[in-house]
Amino acid sequence: MTGRQLITETQNTWCPGCGNFSIQFALKGVLETMEKEGKSLDEVVLVTGIGCHGKMSDYLNINTFSSLHGRAIPAATAIKLANPDLTVICCSGDGDSYAEGLDHLIFAAKRNIDITMIVHNNRVYGLTTGQYTPTSPLGFRGKSTPKGTIEYPFNPVELMLASGATYVARGYTKKMDQLKKLVLGGVGHKGFAFIDTLQICAIFFPATDYYTPRVYDLPETETGDFESACVKGREWDYNSDAKIALGVFYQETLPTLGERGASSPIAQPAREEAVRDFLASRT
Amino acid sequence: MDEISVLIGGKAGDGINNAGAMVAQLLNRMGYRIYLYFDYPSLIRGGHNFAIVRGSDQYIAGHRNRADFVLALNKETIDRHREKYSHETVIIFNADQMKLPGNGISVKAILSEEKAPEIMGNSAMIGAFAKAAGIEWSKVEEVFRVHMPKAPDLNLRVARKGYDVQVQIRAIGRGDNRPVALLTGNEAIGLGLVRGGLETYLSYPMTPSSSLLHFLAEQEDRFGLMVVHPENEIGVVIMALGFTYAGKRVAVGTSGGGFCLMTEGLSFAGMAELPVVFVVSQRTGPSTGLPTYTGQSELDFVRSAGQGEFPRFIVAPSDAQEALYWSAVAMNMAWKFQLPAFILPDKTLSEGTYSVDTSAVPEVPCETSPMWDGAGTYGRYTDTPSGVSPLAFPGRQGAVIKVDSYAHDESGNTTEEAEIVEMMAGKRLRKGEMLAREMEGYATVVVSGDPESGTALLCWGSTKGACDEVGARLGLRVVRPVVLTPFPADQLKRSLEGADHLIVVEENATAQLASLALLHGIAAEKKILRFDGRPFTQDDLLEKVQEAIA
Repeated sequence: MTGRQLITETQNTWCPGCGNFSIQFALKGVLETMEKEGKSLDEVVLVTGIGCHGKMSDYLNINTFSSLHGRAIPAATAIKLANPDLTVICCSGDGDSYAEGLDHLIFAAKRNIDITMIVHNNRVYGLTTGQYTPTSPLGFRGKSTPKGTIEYPFNPVELMLASGATYVARGYTKKMDQLKKLVLGGVGHKGFAFIDTLQICAIFFPATDYYTPRVYDLPETETGDFESACVKGREWDYNSDAKIALGVFYQETLPTLGERGASSPIAQPAREEAVRDFLASRT
Repeated sequence: MDEISVLIGGKAGDGINNAGAMVAQLLNRMGYRIYLYFDYPSLIRGGHNFAIVRGSDQYIAGHRNRADFVLALNKETIDRHREKYSHETVIIFNADQMKLPGNGISVKAILSEEKAPEIMGNSAMIGAFAKAAGIEWSKVEEVFRVHMPKAPDLNLRVARKGYDVQVQIRAIGRGDNRPVALLTGNEAIGLGLVRGGLETYLSYPMTPSSSLLHFLAEQEDRFGLMVVHPENEIGVVIMALGFTYAGKRVAVGTSGGGFCLMTEGLSFAGMAELPVVFVVSQRTGPSTGLPTYTGQSELDFVRSAGQGEFPRFIVAPSDAQEALYWSAVAMNMAWKFQLPAFILPDKTLSEGTYSVDTSAVPEVPCETSPMWDGAGTYGRYTDTPSGVSPLAFPGRQGAVIKVDSYAHDESGNTTEEAEIVEMMAGKRLRKGEMLAREMEGYATVVVSGDPESGTALLCWGSTKGACDEVGARLGLRVVRPVVLTPFPADQLKRSLEGADHLIVVEENATAQLASLALLHGIAAEKKILRFDGRPFTQDDLLEKVQEAIA
């Protein structure tokens, strides 16, 4: 299907000013670019979790798999393993992939499965109306922590570097063109591409005034050194006041899960024969 | 009935299971039908493991509380099983481990003469057993050549030494049966799934399902499979749904505890109409329970697991032969009606070894849902009279394929519209009705024993082995539903016509099948229940049934 309308007619219910719009339009741009470059959009699958980000499945007119809370990655992993010709993009939230489904995120990095992971990191649970997430700053007052959180956030960039992700980037919803570029880079990257995306939640975490003066762009040429990526990744710990780097922290090419675990299917009649052979071997 | 039971005991790590398999193959070649029971605690080295290999001239699916021959690799084997021995029992023991009168084999001396490793001590014992039982050497040689996984030549030399030092004591008879394949229940399930078109198997290790994971992983290339061991059972089930979305026929395997973690994915499969086969091999619960022992306490759980209402298929094969057939059918039903299908074995079936007469296993042609014809706009959940929507998989030109865990419309987009929500619920339930109708064409209830008897034993799953033999000995009817969801109430009622006394036999504490039957107006008069992790043998069941009918 070419020249399709990429945005569905489903009524959009994100709040005015929501950072998800930027991610949606960045994705739309990515799809347009892919199509221009000759990729059939029939061969693209978007996998989403549960949370405000999950509505992306309803709003983009492409193949989608709207999974459970925290469970976008296992589905995305399987879809890529089942059909390596597909381009698999995963949208997930910080509650989704940093809390409920953290194990899957770490394993996706460890396995270097060739999918692109965009975490809509608004640092708050939006759809459940405002509780803290693993990346909320210390002392965050949410509905479940009215006296303020008593735990530090973790740093997803550092976590993904430690877990073996081969493309680690950070974007910001107020910089849509850069975000599009980061996602395109992820799609083009062979391996697990992780893009932590600082997303404005207009209602529960409107952090534009905090982020905008602090963000700066990483140079595009120095992405191969793991040690300096770790240093850059630790510069801002999602809690203390610091400059916030945007762009690609690290990129490396390594064998992917699909390449390592390739299997060669055989046709059903040959399998019947194989079953008979096996039974004979047990006689 | 001409039969023989051989008990082999030692510590974990002694290779008792493999020794049992070799003895089973010897008896297979002597014309016997086989059942092998393997009993082991949940540890890696030490403890007491034992296998009971039973051979009979007739088909069997259970062991006895007796032993005609004992192969004792340690002293504990003698001490722990005394109640199974009679004055006729032939005990062959490792003389390095104990001082007893009789048939002691100096295993250590044989191994050092042959420069063989300690694990091959079993071969000396097997050789001695063959001689004691009057089995000709050529049979031993044949079995070792075909079935010894490692170093058959050296093992044979060790076995020959054992054979030579032993004298013949009691020559066993020779049965009339030709040798057939010997399979564990889990192997039979695996082969059945492959016959049903399995392409991908996913599992996180959990006894007693793990041996199915090991088997399929080992046979990955032979059958052209992809076998995946993910990070946990949640990963297992969600990956399975990803594979099935992409068009792969998948199955997952676990036991009760792992299945707890899969229930959110199960409900997702129900809502999103994604075909997937679950193998839930039961062990003693609740919670961690007895990892390596049996039970039938997950029927209620598997029947009702997952939030919300959606149709499912549950089959509980009783032995390897049924498992081979019904596992393929389960795959077909999952795909024909786009729903979750369950195979519900227990430890007894999963890890027991059975004779399988493959000529008696019907062919199961591959079935699936209709594929999308490419006309108009594709809707993954297009409503149809049967409730079954045509399928398309991502990559298909011109199709936008959306699956959704939320309530959704025919296109697969999320909706909260009351009318659509109700319509789609009806669509899903209609598939369950179609499945129930489909099952009318299958033998969902099996009757054995005396079909005219006014007293019937009602059982399910692996207890069939003990029930059938008790039924035959006492002239009772034995009635067993194989399919448990959709519940075959009509077939069951027909099978029970004229049976005024109904005794249910189950390996759980609350008689779950009896409760289910009662929902359909079938009342059991008496209940014989066992829930100590051990399977019924015909010997202990016979006593209990005799009490019940006295």
